[in-house]
Amino acid sequence: MTTLSVKDKDTVKAFWAQVSGKAEEIGTDAVARMLVVYPQTKTYFSHWKDQSPNSPAVRKHGVTVMLGIGEAVAKIDDLKAGLASLSELHAFTLRVDPANFKILSHCILVVMATMFPNEFTPEVHVSLDKFLASVALALSEKYR
Amino acid sequence: MVEWTDFERTTIQDIFSKLDFEVVGPKTLARCLIVYPWTQRYFGNFGNLYNATAIMGNPMVAKHGITILHSLDRAVKNMDDIRNTYAELSVLHSEKLHVDPSNFNLLADCLTIVVAAHMGKAFTGEMQAAFQKFLAVVVSSLGRQYH
Repeated sequence: MTTLSVKDKDTVKAFWAQVSGKAEEIGTDAVARMLVVYPQTKTYFSHWKDQSPNSPAVRKHGVTVMLGIGEAVAKIDDLKAGLASLSELHAFTLRVDPANFKILSHCILVVMATMFPNEFTPEVHVSLDKFLASVALALSEKYR
Repeated sequence: MVEWTDFERTTIQDIFSKLDFEVVGPKTLARCLIVYPWTQRYFGNFGNLYNATAIMGNPMVAKHGITILHSLDRAVKNMDDIRNTYAELSVLHSEKLHVDPSNFNLLADCLTIVVAAHMGKAFTGEMQAAFQKFLAVVVSSLGRQYH
Protein backbone atom coordinates (compact mmCIF):
# COMPACT_ATOMS: atom_id res chain seq x y z
CA MET A 1 0.00 0.00 0.00
CA THR A 2 2.65 2.50 0.97
CA THR A 3 6.42 2.88 1.05
CA LEU A 4 7.82 4.81 3.94
CA SER A 5 10.02 7.69 2.85
CA VAL A 6 13.20 8.58 4.69
CA LYS A 7 11.30 11.51 6.18
CA ASP A 8 8.51 9.19 7.37
CA LYS A 9 10.98 6.84 9.04
CA ASP A 10 12.90 9.66 10.71
CA THR A 11 9.67 11.26 11.90
CA VAL A 12 8.36 7.99 13.33
CA LYS A 13 11.65 7.19 15.06
CA ALA A 14 11.93 10.68 16.53
CA PHE A 15 8.33 10.68 17.77
CA TRP A 16 8.71 7.15 19.18
CA ALA A 17 11.80 8.28 21.10
CA GLN A 18 9.66 10.99 22.68
CA VAL A 19 6.70 8.80 23.60
CA SER A 20 8.07 5.30 24.19
CA GLY A 21 8.50 6.06 27.88
CA LYS A 22 4.71 6.00 28.11
CA ALA A 23 4.29 2.96 25.86
CA GLU A 24 2.41 0.98 28.50
CA GLU A 25 -0.06 3.75 29.11
CA ILE A 26 -0.56 4.31 25.38
CA GLY A 27 -1.14 0.63 24.69
CA THR A 28 -3.50 0.13 27.58
CA ASP A 29 -5.61 3.15 26.65
CA ALA A 30 -5.64 2.23 22.93
CA VAL A 31 -6.84 -1.34 23.54
CA ALA A 32 -9.36 -0.26 26.17
CA ARG A 33 -10.69 2.42 23.85
CA MET A 34 -10.94 -0.04 20.97
CA LEU A 35 -13.10 -2.43 23.01
CA VAL A 36 -15.45 0.42 23.94
CA VAL A 37 -15.64 2.29 20.64
CA TYR A 38 -15.70 -0.81 18.44
CA PRO A 39 -17.52 -3.45 20.50
CA GLN A 40 -17.20 -6.01 17.72
CA THR A 41 -13.51 -6.28 18.60
CA LYS A 42 -14.49 -7.86 21.90
CA THR A 43 -15.28 -11.04 19.99
CA TYR A 44 -11.56 -11.81 19.95
CA PHE A 45 -11.36 -11.68 23.72
CA SER A 46 -14.29 -13.84 24.75
CA HIS A 47 -11.81 -15.88 26.77
CA TRP A 48 -11.31 -12.94 29.12
CA LYS A 49 -13.75 -12.94 32.01
CA ASP A 50 -13.26 -9.24 32.54
CA GLN A 51 -13.25 -7.10 29.40
CA SER A 52 -13.58 -3.77 31.19
CA PRO A 53 -11.01 -1.08 30.32
CA ASN A 54 -9.11 -1.39 33.58
CA SER A 55 -8.99 -5.15 33.80
CA PRO A 56 -5.56 -6.79 34.15
CA ALA A 57 -6.07 -8.71 30.89
CA VAL A 58 -6.78 -5.57 28.89
CA ARG A 59 -3.85 -3.71 30.42
CA LYS A 60 -1.50 -6.61 29.79
CA HIS A 61 -2.64 -6.84 26.21
CA GLY A 62 -2.10 -3.15 25.67
CA VAL A 63 1.48 -3.58 26.81
CA THR A 64 1.96 -6.56 24.51
CA VAL A 65 0.68 -4.61 21.51
CA MET A 66 2.92 -1.61 22.21
CA LEU A 67 5.97 -3.87 22.59
CA GLY A 68 5.12 -5.12 19.11
CA ILE A 69 4.89 -1.56 17.81
CA GLY A 70 8.23 -0.75 19.41
CA GLU A 71 9.72 -3.79 17.70
CA ALA A 72 8.29 -2.56 14.41
CA VAL A 73 9.90 0.87 14.88
CA ALA A 74 13.26 -0.84 15.42
CA LYS A 75 12.74 -2.90 12.27
CA ILE A 76 11.28 -0.06 10.25
CA ASP A 77 13.63 -0.65 7.34
CA ASP A 78 12.24 -4.11 6.63
CA LEU A 79 8.90 -4.61 8.31
CA LYS A 80 7.97 -7.64 6.22
CA ALA A 81 11.00 -9.63 7.37
CA GLY A 82 11.09 -8.13 10.84
CA LEU A 83 7.46 -8.93 11.65
CA ALA A 84 7.33 -12.32 9.91
CA SER A 85 6.83 -14.37 13.07
CA LEU A 86 4.25 -11.92 14.40
CA SER A 87 2.46 -12.24 11.08
CA GLU A 88 2.41 -16.02 11.42
CA LEU A 89 0.99 -15.64 14.90
CA HIS A 90 -1.84 -13.36 13.72
CA ALA A 91 -2.52 -15.45 10.61
CA PHE A 92 -2.53 -18.98 11.94
CA THR A 93 -3.14 -18.76 15.66
CA LEU A 94 -5.02 -15.54 16.37
CA ARG A 95 -6.71 -15.23 12.97
CA VAL A 96 -7.59 -11.60 13.51
CA ASP A 97 -9.44 -10.12 10.55
CA PRO A 98 -7.02 -7.52 9.13
CA ALA A 99 -9.77 -4.90 9.09
CA ASN A 100 -9.21 -4.69 12.83
CA PHE A 101 -5.62 -3.51 12.38
CA LYS A 102 -7.02 -0.30 10.94
CA ILE A 103 -9.36 0.04 13.90
CA LEU A 104 -6.59 -0.38 16.48
CA SER A 105 -4.33 1.97 14.50
CA HIS A 106 -7.00 4.66 14.67
CA CYS A 107 -7.31 4.18 18.44
CA ILE A 108 -3.54 4.46 18.83
CA LEU A 109 -3.60 7.73 16.91
CA VAL A 110 -6.43 9.09 19.08
CA VAL A 111 -4.48 8.21 22.23
CA MET A 112 -1.38 9.92 20.83
CA ALA A 113 -3.51 13.02 20.28
CA THR A 114 -4.87 12.99 23.84
CA MET A 115 -1.49 12.36 25.44
CA PHE A 116 0.82 14.37 23.19
CA PRO A 117 -1.30 17.15 21.65
CA ASN A 118 1.69 19.38 20.92
CA GLU A 119 4.01 16.71 19.54
CA PHE A 120 1.35 14.94 17.47
CA THR A 121 1.42 17.51 14.70
CA PRO A 122 -0.17 16.88 11.28
CA GLU A 123 3.27 15.94 9.92
CA VAL A 124 3.81 13.39 12.66
CA HIS A 125 0.23 12.19 12.17
CA VAL A 126 0.70 11.43 8.47
CA SER A 127 4.00 9.59 8.98
CA LEU A 128 2.66 7.60 11.92
CA ASP A 129 -0.53 6.75 10.01
CA LYS A 130 1.56 5.48 7.09
CA PHE A 131 3.79 3.54 9.48
CA LEU A 132 0.87 1.83 11.22
CA ALA A 133 -0.61 0.97 7.81
CA SER A 134 2.73 -0.59 6.84
CA VAL A 135 2.80 -2.56 10.08
CA ALA A 136 -0.72 -3.79 9.38
CA LEU A 137 0.34 -4.84 5.90
CA ALA A 138 3.38 -6.69 7.22
CA LEU A 139 1.18 -8.40 9.80
CA SER A 140 -1.18 -9.52 7.03
CA GLU A 141 1.64 -11.04 4.95
CA LYS A 142 1.16 -14.64 5.99
CA TYR A 143 -2.62 -14.69 5.91
CA ARG A 144 -2.98 -16.17 2.45
CA MET B 1 -34.24 6.74 12.67
CA VAL B 2 -31.22 7.01 14.95
CA GLU B 3 -31.66 6.28 18.62
CA TRP B 4 -29.53 8.36 20.94
CA THR B 5 -29.00 7.49 24.58
CA ASP B 6 -29.07 10.35 27.08
CA PHE B 7 -25.35 9.91 27.54
CA GLU B 8 -24.69 10.17 23.80
CA ARG B 9 -26.90 13.22 23.42
CA THR B 10 -25.32 15.04 26.34
CA THR B 11 -21.80 14.06 25.36
CA ILE B 12 -22.12 15.28 21.80
CA GLN B 13 -23.81 18.54 22.78
CA ASP B 14 -21.24 19.06 25.51
CA ILE B 15 -18.26 18.49 23.26
CA PHE B 16 -19.58 20.88 20.63
CA SER B 17 -20.50 23.57 23.14
CA LYS B 18 -16.89 23.64 24.31
CA LEU B 19 -15.31 23.74 20.86
CA ASP B 20 -13.93 26.98 19.49
CA PHE B 21 -15.02 26.59 15.86
CA GLU B 22 -12.54 29.25 14.76
CA VAL B 23 -9.69 27.09 16.06
CA VAL B 24 -10.91 23.55 15.60
CA GLY B 25 -12.34 24.06 12.11
CA PRO B 26 -9.11 25.24 10.49
CA LYS B 27 -7.05 22.65 12.35
CA THR B 28 -9.32 19.82 11.23
CA LEU B 29 -9.44 20.67 7.55
CA ALA B 30 -5.71 21.42 7.47
CA ARG B 31 -4.95 18.08 9.10
CA CYS B 32 -7.14 16.29 6.57
CA LEU B 33 -5.38 17.97 3.62
CA ILE B 34 -1.98 17.09 5.11
CA VAL B 35 -2.63 13.54 6.30
CA TYR B 36 -4.72 12.56 3.26
CA PRO B 37 -3.24 14.72 0.51
CA TRP B 38 -5.53 13.36 -2.18
CA THR B 39 -8.35 15.31 -0.55
CA GLN B 40 -6.67 18.41 -1.95
CA ARG B 41 -8.25 17.54 -5.27
CA TYR B 42 -11.41 19.33 -4.17
CA PHE B 43 -9.65 22.57 -3.33
CA GLY B 44 -7.86 23.44 -6.55
CA ASN B 45 -8.77 27.10 -6.20
CA PHE B 46 -7.51 27.45 -2.63
CA GLY B 47 -4.06 28.62 -3.68
CA ASN B 48 -0.95 27.41 -1.90
CA LEU B 49 -1.35 23.88 -0.55
CA TYR B 50 2.20 22.80 -1.36
CA ASN B 51 3.30 21.75 2.10
CA ALA B 52 2.05 21.41 5.63
CA THR B 53 3.14 24.91 6.62
CA ALA B 54 1.38 26.45 3.64
CA ILE B 55 -1.79 24.49 4.33
CA MET B 56 -1.85 25.41 8.00
CA GLY B 57 -1.40 29.08 7.14
CA ASN B 58 -3.84 29.17 4.23
CA PRO B 59 -6.74 31.56 4.98
CA MET B 60 -9.14 29.81 2.57
CA VAL B 61 -8.54 26.52 4.35
CA ALA B 62 -9.18 28.20 7.67
CA LYS B 63 -12.40 29.82 6.47
CA HIS B 64 -13.70 26.60 5.01
CA GLY B 65 -12.82 24.68 8.15
CA ILE B 66 -14.97 27.09 10.15
CA THR B 67 -17.83 26.67 7.66
CA ILE B 68 -17.67 22.90 8.11
CA LEU B 69 -17.79 23.14 11.91
CA HIS B 70 -20.83 25.42 11.80
CA SER B 71 -22.48 22.90 9.52
CA LEU B 72 -21.77 20.11 11.96
CA ASP B 73 -23.26 22.26 14.68
CA ARG B 74 -26.51 22.28 12.70
CA ALA B 75 -26.50 18.52 12.87
CA VAL B 76 -25.92 18.68 16.63
CA LYS B 77 -28.90 20.98 16.97
CA ASN B 78 -31.03 18.60 14.88
CA MET B 79 -29.78 15.29 16.17
CA ASP B 80 -33.09 13.57 15.70
CA ASP B 81 -33.25 14.27 12.01
CA ILE B 82 -29.78 14.70 10.65
CA ARG B 83 -30.84 12.91 7.50
CA ASN B 84 -33.27 15.61 6.42
CA THR B 85 -31.20 18.44 7.86
CA TYR B 86 -28.40 17.37 5.54
CA ALA B 87 -30.45 16.47 2.45
CA GLU B 88 -29.54 19.65 0.58
CA LEU B 89 -25.89 19.43 1.63
CA SER B 90 -25.82 15.88 0.35
CA VAL B 91 -27.13 16.94 -3.04
CA LEU B 92 -24.57 19.75 -3.09
CA HIS B 93 -21.66 17.42 -2.36
CA SER B 94 -22.84 14.95 -4.97
CA GLU B 95 -24.14 17.07 -7.82
CA LYS B 96 -22.07 20.19 -7.61
CA LEU B 97 -18.89 19.38 -5.69
CA HIS B 98 -18.59 15.74 -6.86
CA VAL B 99 -16.90 14.66 -3.62
CA ASP B 100 -16.21 10.95 -3.22
CA PRO B 101 -18.13 10.04 -0.03
CA SER B 102 -15.13 8.02 1.20
CA ASN B 103 -13.55 11.36 1.96
CA PHE B 104 -16.17 12.17 4.59
CA ASN B 105 -14.74 9.48 6.85
CA LEU B 106 -11.27 10.93 6.47
CA LEU B 107 -12.41 14.35 7.64
CA ALA B 108 -14.41 12.74 10.45
CA ASP B 109 -11.30 10.92 11.68
CA CYS B 110 -9.31 14.15 11.63
CA LEU B 111 -12.00 15.92 13.65
CA THR B 112 -11.92 13.10 16.20
CA ILE B 113 -8.16 13.50 16.52
CA VAL B 114 -8.31 17.30 16.86
CA VAL B 115 -11.04 17.03 19.51
CA ALA B 116 -8.98 14.36 21.29
CA ALA B 117 -5.96 16.66 21.28
CA HIS B 118 -8.01 19.48 22.78
CA MET B 119 -9.72 17.41 25.44
CA GLY B 120 -6.82 15.17 26.42
CA LYS B 121 -7.67 12.55 29.01
CA ALA B 122 -11.20 13.94 29.31
CA PHE B 123 -11.92 12.37 25.91
CA THR B 124 -12.70 8.92 27.28
CA GLY B 125 -13.44 5.80 25.25
CA GLU B 126 -17.15 6.21 25.96
CA MET B 127 -17.10 9.79 24.73
CA GLN B 128 -15.15 8.76 21.65
CA ALA B 129 -17.77 6.10 20.93
CA ALA B 130 -20.59 8.65 21.14
CA PHE B 131 -18.70 11.20 19.08
CA GLN B 132 -17.85 8.68 16.37
CA LYS B 133 -21.45 7.45 16.29
CA PHE B 134 -22.57 11.03 15.67
CA LEU B 135 -19.99 11.47 12.91
CA ALA B 136 -21.04 8.16 11.34
CA VAL B 137 -24.63 9.43 11.14
CA VAL B 138 -23.42 12.71 9.63
CA VAL B 139 -21.30 10.85 7.07
CA SER B 140 -24.15 8.55 6.17
CA SER B 141 -26.57 11.49 5.77
CA LEU B 142 -24.12 13.34 3.57
CA GLY B 143 -23.83 10.32 1.31
CA ARG B 144 -27.50 9.62 1.12
CA GLN B 145 -28.49 11.67 -1.93
CA TYR B 146 -25.73 10.33 -4.14
CA HIS B 147 -26.89 8.33 -7.13
